Amino acid sequence: MLDIRGVTKSYGTRQVLSDVSFTVGDGRMTGFVGANGAGKTTTMRIILGVLSPDSGTVLIDGVPVTASDRRRFGYMPEERGLYPKMKVAEQLVYLARLHGLSPASARRNTTNLLEQLGLGERAGDTVESLSLGNQQRAQIAAALVHDPEFLVLDEPFSGLDPLAVEVVMSVLAGYAAQGAPVLFSSHQLDIVERLCNDLVIIAEGEIRANGSGEALRDQHGRPRYEIRTAGNISWIRSQPGITVVDFDGDYAEFDAETDAASQAVLQHAITLGAVHTFSQQRPSLATIFKEVIA
Amino acid sequence: MSNATRPLHTAPTFAQGVWLVSNREIAARLRSKSFLIATGILLFISMGSVIVGSIMSQNTSLTKVAVVGTAISVVEQTQAFDIVEASSAEDAEALVRDGTVDAAVVPSTNPASLLGITVIALDSAPGEVLGALSVNPELAILEPAEQDGFLAYLVAIGFGIIFLMSATTFGATIAQSVVEEKQTRIVEILLSTISVRALLAGKVLGNSLMAFAQIVSIGLLVSIGLAVTGQRVLLADVGPAIVWFAVFFAFGFVLLAALYAATASMVSRQEDVGSATSPVLFLVMIPYFMVVFFNDNPLVLAIMSYVPFSAPVGMPVRIFLGQAEWWEPVLSLVVLALSTMVVILIGSRIYSNALLRMGSRVSLREALHK
Repeated sequence: MLDIRGVTKSYGTRQVLSDVSFTVGDGRMTGFVGANGAGKTTTMRIILGVLSPDSGTVLIDGVPVTASDRRRFGYMPEERGLYPKMKVAEQLVYLARLHGLSPASARRNTTNLLEQLGLGERAGDTVESLSLGNQQRAQIAAALVHDPEFLVLDEPFSGLDPLAVEVVMSVLAGYAAQGAPVLFSSHQLDIVERLCNDLVIIAEGEIRANGSGEALRDQHGRPRYEIRTAGNISWIRSQPGITVVDFDGDYAEFDAETDAASQAVLQHAITLGAVHTFSQQRPSLATIFKEVIA
Repeated sequence: MSNATRPLHTAPTFAQGVWLVSNREIAARLRSKSFLIATGILLFISMGSVIVGSIMSQNTSLTKVAVVGTAISVVEQTQAFDIVEASSAEDAEALVRDGTVDAAVVPSTNPASLLGITVIALDSAPGEVLGALSVNPELAILEPAEQDGFLAYLVAIGFGIIFLMSATTFGATIAQSVVEEKQTRIVEILLSTISVRALLAGKVLGNSLMAFAQIVSIGLLVSIGLAVTGQRVLLADVGPAIVWFAVFFAFGFVLLAALYAATASMVSRQEDVGSATSPVLFLVMIPYFMVVFFNDNPLVLAIMSYVPFSAPVGMPVRIFLGQAEWWEPVLSLVVLALSTMVVILIGSRIYSNALLRMGSRVSLREALHK
């Protein structure tokens, strides 16, 4: 379990993180969401020890993380980069060895990972000769080549084609399934929504919301309902505590002030005839995000 | 978390980190075509200058003079000339006019002449001929110079050029590789595994080893060249200076490498490397120009041989000229080693403060204080 506690960081007079605290649980895919400049990258750099915080700590299972612990992290920096003139496989072996692997296991991991990511045939090519998408895959391989026990990935999906997104998603999910805490940031909220167990939303250097996706949906965004009946449903406008958002003869989408108000709509509809659909819409992540950072 | 199939992450020590980084630097240099070509050119020039020097020293042919009649006995005494006998003073004059000989020596028509000969030249006084035929007073030199002035000049410039070329090529290489890591952000991955100091030390070590290997191979090549072309006397004189040059270069280059790395870390783009590292380039050029202009000035050379930036050139030149006491290179080396340590400390501070700052150039004050 990875614990970020009370992390604060300023650059000169500009405070970029204030009292940032959240947890990345074992085996939990945790999405880190925020606008540009909200402090995601700084937070990730601090977790990796690339930057030091002004105050606050990063804990692994309750113990402050040490330099040697950090070698068990897999890290993908925001702006991509590997040595352009170095061969892909050589580069991965080098990074694995810097993380403390023996030459033999560094080579074995490199071969396996390149196969898994569909880069096996490009192992001997220099990074600069790869297409952008393949460079991105190589970058992901660089984060994973030393069999990390924690993953911290800054925008792992940006620049990937849909096929590669699927490959990377399954690789990451595989890591989480083995019990690794996985933290990744992304602007692609639909991917975060599909992939994540937990969410951390940051804005202006402060954590605005954090918890499981379900919990956040319950906390944020008033539930919205839709109903489709056999007859005309214009009577719904006069129901107490109901605000109609969308209306089309036998169909309505509405917000209810209370659960009781929405149930009253359903009961009244049943007395009038058949009800084809009555459902509560879960707010999308995009909705929650907008509400939380507003 | 625990998983039996995972390999153990035995964290590399500082030394292992440095070793891995320096190995990568060396491999990257050996793979770079521009590096191999530059090294080849440097070796070629060094070897070429030895060979040219050997050819020039063998071609010192005797001056041709035309001699008439009784003057021959005077000229033969000197053994300094290639003698062409002429039947008359007019013939000798003709030979001078058509350039067959450099001068003519004919019996003097002036009875008061001390030597009884007249030297005929075409358009100016032939210094060499006059010198050989003159009667010189006795000469006592109190402190004979150990080396011929022109040779000293060549050796001084040789050290200067090699230092300048090696330091600038490797310095630029280090600077570029620092910015490459910064620009591609791979530095973030590197720093999440090893310390800033290990990274800097590895880069400096790897490139210094390569620069040192280049210097040593030039030294060996020149020594072998001198031996093969029969210039053993010169080799005996230059040999110790070459050895000291290599030793001083080893320390001096580490100092420059740290400076190059630190200054380069303040910028984020390859285009800015040149302007960022230009102060260091200036420091490297100083010893070269000083040695070109002041190689015959013992005071300036003595100062140069103790100033850390110029000591790698200044001290070997003084050793070659025999101006240095035995303890002087040792003392100068201590000064150089201490300043190298100080520069590495300051350099690693700049490097670690500036390395993750992207975008506009980091000012020196920010890099030192933050």
